[in-house]
This record gives sequence, C-alpha cells and structure tokens, in this order.
Amino acid sequence: MNAKEIIKQAKELDKEYLFFNKIVEDPKVYGEGTLSGTAISVKDCVVVKGVESRAGSKILENYIPLFDATVIEKIKAEGGMIIGKTAQDAFGFGSFATNVGIGMKVPLNPFDKERSCGGSSGGSAGITQKATFNHISIAESTGGSIVCPASFCGVVGICPTYGRVSRYGLMDYANSLDKIGAMAKTIEEIALIMRIIAGHDPRDSTSLDKPVPNYSESIKKPIKGMKIGMIKEAFGEGLDKEVKDNVKQAIKRLESQGAKVEEVSLPLTSKYALECYYLIAMAEASTNLAKYCGMRYGAEEKVEGSFNEYFSKVRSQYFNAESKRRIIIGTFARMAGYRDAYYLKAMKVRTKIIEEYKKVFKKFDALICPTMPVIAPKFTEIEKLTPMQNYMMDILTVGPNLAGLPHITIPSGTKDKMPIGTMLIGDHLAEDKLMQIGAKLKAN
Amino acid sequence: MQVDKELIEHVAEVARLKLTDTEIKRFLPQLKEILEAFEKLQEVNTDDTKPSFQPVEIKNVMREDKITDCLTQEQALSLVKNKKDGYFKGPKAV
Repeated sequence: MNAKEIIKQAKELDKEYLFFNKIVEDPKVYGEGTLSGTAISVKDCVVVKGVESRAGSKILENYIPLFDATVIEKIKAEGGMIIGKTAQDAFGFGSFATNVGIGMKVPLNPFDKERSCGGSSGGSAGITQKATFNHISIAESTGGSIVCPASFCGVVGICPTYGRVSRYGLMDYANSLDKIGAMAKTIEEIALIMRIIAGHDPRDSTSLDKPVPNYSESIKKPIKGMKIGMIKEAFGEGLDKEVKDNVKQAIKRLESQGAKVEEVSLPLTSKYALECYYLIAMAEASTNLAKYCGMRYGAEEKVEGSFNEYFSKVRSQYFNAESKRRIIIGTFARMAGYRDAYYLKAMKVRTKIIEEYKKVFKKFDALICPTMPVIAPKFTEIEKLTPMQNYMMDILTVGPNLAGLPHITIPSGTKDKMPIGTMLIGDHLAEDKLMQIGAKLKAN
Repeated sequence: MQVDKELIEHVAEVARLKLTDTEIKRFLPQLKEILEAFEKLQEVNTDDTKPSFQPVEIKNVMREDKITDCLTQEQALSLVKNKKDGYFKGPKAV
C-alpha cells in the first residue's frame, strides 16, 4: 500500500472505531532502513514534530511540538512513516481509554464496539489489530497501559525495562514509572522495533547505558531448559475461569517445547503492589501536571487576575475529572504532615517489592500469568465501577511496572470471540528472553 | 484521618484547582475509598528499608557546560497567543 492508501484506510477505520486523535494528512518518509515501508502510529503522549500532540487531553489542544521525541527521530531515520497520534486516556490515567480529554473520542474494541480497547494506549492497540498495511504502534506504559490494551485487542505488546528506551519527548505521567514500548501483530515486528528504539540517550538522564541485543536473533533460539515461574497468586480469586484455562494451555505449549514451569509465590507484590503503585503514580502525576497552567503552550485564556486565579481558571476548565482526582490525591500524599506516611512509605514498600522479584529471578528466566484477569469489558460495565474498583483491574500489571521490569503480552486464545493475553515478566534488561519465550507461546 | 469537604478544598487550592460543589460532592466518597485503600501499606514493616525513588539504580549524569542548539525566541513564542514584545504574557505577579 502507498502512503495515500494507508491514510485512506486509517481514516476509514478511525471513522468506525475512533482510534486516532490526529491523522497525518500527507505523511513523509525521511530516512531509509529496516522500517522502510512500515507505517507507525504513535500514542498521543509521545511528541512528533509538527503533529498536534495532546496526551489525550484538552489542556494541550493545538500544541504542535517543535521537536521529535528520541524514539521518533530513530524511527524516521530507519524509514518509518508516522501516520498519526492514537487515542488514550488523558495523560494515561485509565485502564479502558474511557477517561479521555474533554470533548475527545473513546476508541472502540475491534472485535465488539460495545467493549473497551483497554487503556491507556487503547487507540494504539485497536489500530494495530485492524490495520492491513505494515504497521507498528509506539505506545507507553506507566502501570500496564501497553499490555492491557494489547491483550484486549489481541496483539503483541511489549513494555521494556525502565530506562531501556529514552523518554525524551514523552509527556510525563509519573517519571519513575513511565516506559515507552511498542505493539505489533507479530513478535518479529516487536523484535525489530525494540532494536531500533532501545538504547542510551544523553537527553534522558534515566536512560540506561547498556548494549542492545539483536532481538531478531533472540526470538529464534529454542527454550529447552529455560525456567519459568507461574505466579501462584495471579491464578487465584477474581480470575475469569476461561482466561485461567487458556493461560494454562499456553503454559503447556511452553512445557512441550522443553521449558520447565514451576509455581512461584509473590505474596508481598500480590497484596500491596496495587496500592503502592497508585500512590506513587498519583504523587508523581500531580507534580508533572503542575506545568499545565495556560502559559507557554497548550490551552490559554484571556490573561486577567492574579497568577493563582489565572492558573486555577485554566486548569479547572481543561482538566477532566480523572486528572483532577489524581491531582488532588497526589498533592495530598506529598503535603507536609502526610508525606512520610503516604509518599515515602510507598517508596519503601516499592523497595521490598523489587527485592521480592529480584529473589525470584535468581531462579527463573521469566514469570508467567494472565495479562488481564478478564476479557475486555463492556462500556456499560465500566460505567458502574467506582474509581477504586477501576484501578483494581490493573492488579496483574502494576507489579512489573512498579519494579521497572520488562513484560510482554502475547495473544493466546479467545473467549466469546474476545482475545485473551498471556503475560511474561522478565528481570531488568531481559527483553531478549521474553521475546525468545514469547515467540513460542502463540496459539497455532 | 478525616476526609471532608474542607480538606478537599484546601488540597485543591494548593494544587491550583477550583472545584465546583457538584465535583466535591462526587469526589468525596471516591477519594475516601482510595485513601482508605492506601492505609493498607502501613501493614508492611519498612523500618530498615530505604525508599526506591527509581526502580533501577541510576547515577548522576554530568555533561560539559557547552552551548548547544536550542529553540529560537520566535519558535518558543510561536505556540501562544498571549505574548508581547518578544515575551510570554502572563498574569500579574504582584
């Protein structure tokens, strides 16, 4: 397909499923390389020069970035063609891509329009499933925002180790948790894109200066003798029975190829990761969102009144309800008198959770569990959830995100025609092992 | 801890948000539920534990103090309507 045909299909799909916040009218190809002939969609929160980038929020309406994120620079140099910005929960605040910015669109699941794509990178997952042209999507995860929607839409999604991919040009949600990753139909494409976007970047002081393996070689390696830990607590209460059976079948496929699978317990992570994650995420989010104040870029109003009056007016008008909730809780958790009991306590619990994982990875090459405890829910079901019940949907994905561990979701089957995903979690920088095992996991 | 209208209004002010009465009414039970859930973390003994501000070990990064390319004044101002004489225009500070 040529550029014109690709954009035509993207627009048709967008009309039906609302996957995009912005489609590039006349996409350009800058370089030449391993991504030549591949269309790239980009989660709205990753900036693309000259293309409106809003992180799914109203407060960044009309923000046209003057520079490219590092990942975009690398993609352009390899011949990738940027086709648009995908729909997401505003700033990544959600698990169903329903907490979109004021006046913005909620993407619909490619298999059932009454159901969610998952979030927050919902649009990325949807277009990855539906596009018939060569396509890879750049997504982002703070607490599960890549693997959740990838699982709900039946595509492969990878969230790398914290610092593996430069965050320069990412609109931050929570600095100590954000990771840029990718989604594609196949693990071969994931191996390709990760080799391109991973690596050290002097413009991101948290990016890791470690060599990047050739993942396309990793996926060809056999898995005989590899040790995989099946997370005991992830198969317990609250897990849909058909999801459970499906993931157990996926485990059998790995065993039949010579992997050794054993049950492993993560008691602390299973009990406390969710609360620990949300506390840290909200505290960091509340500081990151402080910069959106109606000056320098994004939404603005007629300048009048004092600093505080003007900032409060713009922020109250343009932030959606979930953003306000998280700002309030996050600000509270960092306030004098509460900081030690909330924010600092969560940072200490995080240390214990990281230690728990590290101990397990002395024995295992990877961990395995379902990506999400259920299939993509209907919008009518999501509406009934309180914010806390909503957050609890992330129970299986927050652990690796909190500990900065790479994780990947592979489509492993269906329930009532809706996709089920199986998740693999690896030690820091073990993306190669995840892809190696993941390549053997897909249902035939 | 008492989570009430007064506390929410105070935190909102610190965060430069003006909430309507309807918003406060809606948020109150939701914030209560979330903060109660956070209380659970107190069960974990962290007496001898150091906080992890990052999930992986990160070292301080230095670079030479050399001037590199940056946005021009014109580019920086190109994104807003509120500007005057080559400066951003903002609300009164005093």
